[in-house]
Amino acid sequence: MSAVNRTSTLVTSGALFFLLLPFLADYIGNPYLLSLFSRVLIYGLAAASLDLLVGYGGLVSLGHAAFVGIGAYVVAIMFHHGAEAEPLLGFISGSENGFIVWPLAVLAAAGAALLIGALSLRTSGMHFIMITLAFAQMAYYFSVSLEKYGGDDGISLYDRSVLGGLDLGNDISFYYVCFFLLSLFLILAYRLTRSRFGLILRGCGSNPRRIQALGIHSKRYRLVCFVIGGAGAGLAGALLANQTEYVSPALLHWTLSGELLVMVLLGGLGSLFGPVLGATVYLLLEETLAMYTEHWMVYFGPILILVVIFAKQGLFGLLTGAWKSDE
Amino acid sequence: MILLVEQILNGLQLGITLFLMSAGLTLVFGIMQVINLAHGSFYMIGAYVGATVAAASSSFLLGVAAALTASALAGMAVESAVLRHLYKRDHLDQVLATFGLIFFFNELTRMIWGKQPLFMDVPVWLSGNIELLPGLIYPVYRLAVIMVGLLVALLLWFLFAKTRLGMQIRAGASNRDMVAALGVNIKLLYTLVFGLGTLLAGLAGVMAGPIFAVESGMGESILILTFVVIVIGGIGSVRGAVIGALLVGLVDTLGRAFLPLVLRLFLSSSYADGVGASLASMSIYIVMAAVLIWRPRGLFPTGS
Repeated sequence: MSAVNRTSTLVTSGALFFLLLPFLADYIGNPYLLSLFSRVLIYGLAAASLDLLVGYGGLVSLGHAAFVGIGAYVVAIMFHHGAEAEPLLGFISGSENGFIVWPLAVLAAAGAALLIGALSLRTSGMHFIMITLAFAQMAYYFSVSLEKYGGDDGISLYDRSVLGGLDLGNDISFYYVCFFLLSLFLILAYRLTRSRFGLILRGCGSNPRRIQALGIHSKRYRLVCFVIGGAGAGLAGALLANQTEYVSPALLHWTLSGELLVMVLLGGLGSLFGPVLGATVYLLLEETLAMYTEHWMVYFGPILILVVIFAKQGLFGLLTGAWKSDE
Repeated sequence: MILLVEQILNGLQLGITLFLMSAGLTLVFGIMQVINLAHGSFYMIGAYVGATVAAASSSFLLGVAAALTASALAGMAVESAVLRHLYKRDHLDQVLATFGLIFFFNELTRMIWGKQPLFMDVPVWLSGNIELLPGLIYPVYRLAVIMVGLLVALLLWFLFAKTRLGMQIRAGASNRDMVAALGVNIKLLYTLVFGLGTLLAGLAGVMAGPIFAVESGMGESILILTFVVIVIGGIGSVRGAVIGALLVGLVDTLGRAFLPLVLRLFLSSSYADGVGASLASMSIYIVMAAVLIWRPRGLFPTGS
C-alpha cells in the first residue's frame, strides 16, 4: 500500500473512531471517557494549529499556550460580565452566546498573534524560540495580574456557552461540537497547506533565502501562518474554557506550550493529522502512567527523550510509512 | 534615596544570579549551538544538594562544594548521555529532549526530597547586617553574593582570554572539525564546557538557597529570566550576558519597588498597586521587545 493510501486509511479510521467514541463510552458505561476524549479533541486542535507553524512554516514557537489562554480568557471574561450584568469597560455588555463569544475569542487570539508574530519574526532560529517564550510569559503575568478575574486563582464559569438550540451542558453534544470544529479546522488547514500559500510556506521553512530570491516576501507569509495558528489555538482555548468551566493562568503557562510541542513531535511534524494522534497518545499515556504512579513524570521524561532521539518521524510517520518514501 | 540605593543593590544581586545562569547557558548556545531548557534543573540540583549537605554537616562551605560538584557531574552526565546526540539536530529536537529532562529532574527531586520546600540558613559568619552608608543597612550575605559573582566574572574572562583551554574553546566554537583535526579532543572539551556551565548554574542555585525557598520547579522561573538576558545580550556572548543580566536584574527589581509608587501619583492607591505590580512583572519583557526592535540579534551579536 502506498503512503498516500495508508494516510487516508489512517485518517478515515481515526475520524470513525472519534465519531463512534460516545457510543463506545456508553456501551462500556464509562462517561469519564467522554470528557477525556473531549479534552483530546481540544488539545488535538491546539496541537494541529501549532503544527501549522512548526511543521509547515518552520517556526518553532514555544509560546503557543498564550493564544490558548487568550481564547479561554475572552470566553471567561465575557461570561463573567454577562452573568454579573455589568458591562465590560462600561460599554461592552458581556455575553454567553457562543456564536458571539467564540469568534471573539478567535479574533482576540489572532490579534495577539499578529502583534507577537510581527515582532518575533524579526528574528529566527534560537532567538525565535526564546522570544515567543518570553512573550507568552508576558501574557502569563498579565493574566496573573487580572485581579478582577481571580488573578492567580483563575475564574469559574457557572455554565457553558449557549450555542443556539444546542445544549452544550450535555457532554455528548459538547463532544460532537469539539469534533466538528476540529474536523473543520483540519480540513481548512489541509486545503491551505496544499495551496500555493502552503507551498511557499514550506519553502520558507526549508530555504528562506531561496524563497526571498524568487521575489516572495517570505516574512509576510510566515506572519499570516502565525496568525492562523494563533487563531486555531484561540478556538481551542474557548473550547477548553467550556470543557472545564474554569480558566486560570495555568493555561498560559509555558509548560503547556512545551506539551503542545511534544504532541506535535510525538504525532509527526508537518503531518497536521499526526498532532491529533500525538495529543491522543500523550493524554492517554499521562492518564495511564498517573494511574500506576504519582511520579509518572520520572518515566515520561526519558520516554520523551527516546522519542526525540530515535523516532524522528513521529507516530504518524511510522504508521503511514511516510518516512520510507522520504528517503 | 536610601531606598533607591538599597533597591539598586538588590537589583545587582538578582543580576549576579542571572549572570551566573546565563554565562553557562550562553556558552552552550554559542559554542555547541544547543538550546538547553534544562539549565534551570542544574540550578535546582545545586540548591537541593547544597541545602542538604550544609544542613547535615552544618558547614556552608561544604554545602557549596557539594553543590558545585553535584551540578557539574550531573551536567557532564547529561551531556554525554543525551545532548551529545542532539548537536547536529535542529533546535526543535533539542527543545523537546531538554523539556523531557525538566520533567525528569523536577519529579526526581520531588521523589527524593518530597513536596515541601527546604530552607537553607545563612551561615553564621555571613549573617548580620552592615552599615554601608549612614542609614543604609544591608545584609552581609547579599553583599557576599555580589562579590562572588564579580569574582566569577573576572575568572571567566581570564579563562577565555588568557588561557590555552579558553583559546581551544573559542576555536571550537568557530570551527569544530578544524580544532578536532589539530588534535584537540573536542568531545571532551564540549563535555567540560557543559560541565562548567552547569557548575555555574549550581553555584547560582546554592547561593540563592538562603534567599529563596528550595523547591521542585524553582529552576524554571529563573530559566526564563535567563533566556531574556541572553536574548538581550546576544546569544553566545559572555559580555552580553553580563550587561543583559545587570539590566534585567535592575529593571525587574526597581520596577517592582518603584512602579506602584510612581503610578500612585496618577491613580488611586489600590489601583496603582495592582497595575504597578503587573506592569513590573511584565517590564523586563517589554525591555526585551524594545531591544529586539532596535537590534534583532541582541546588544552584542556574535558570529556572522
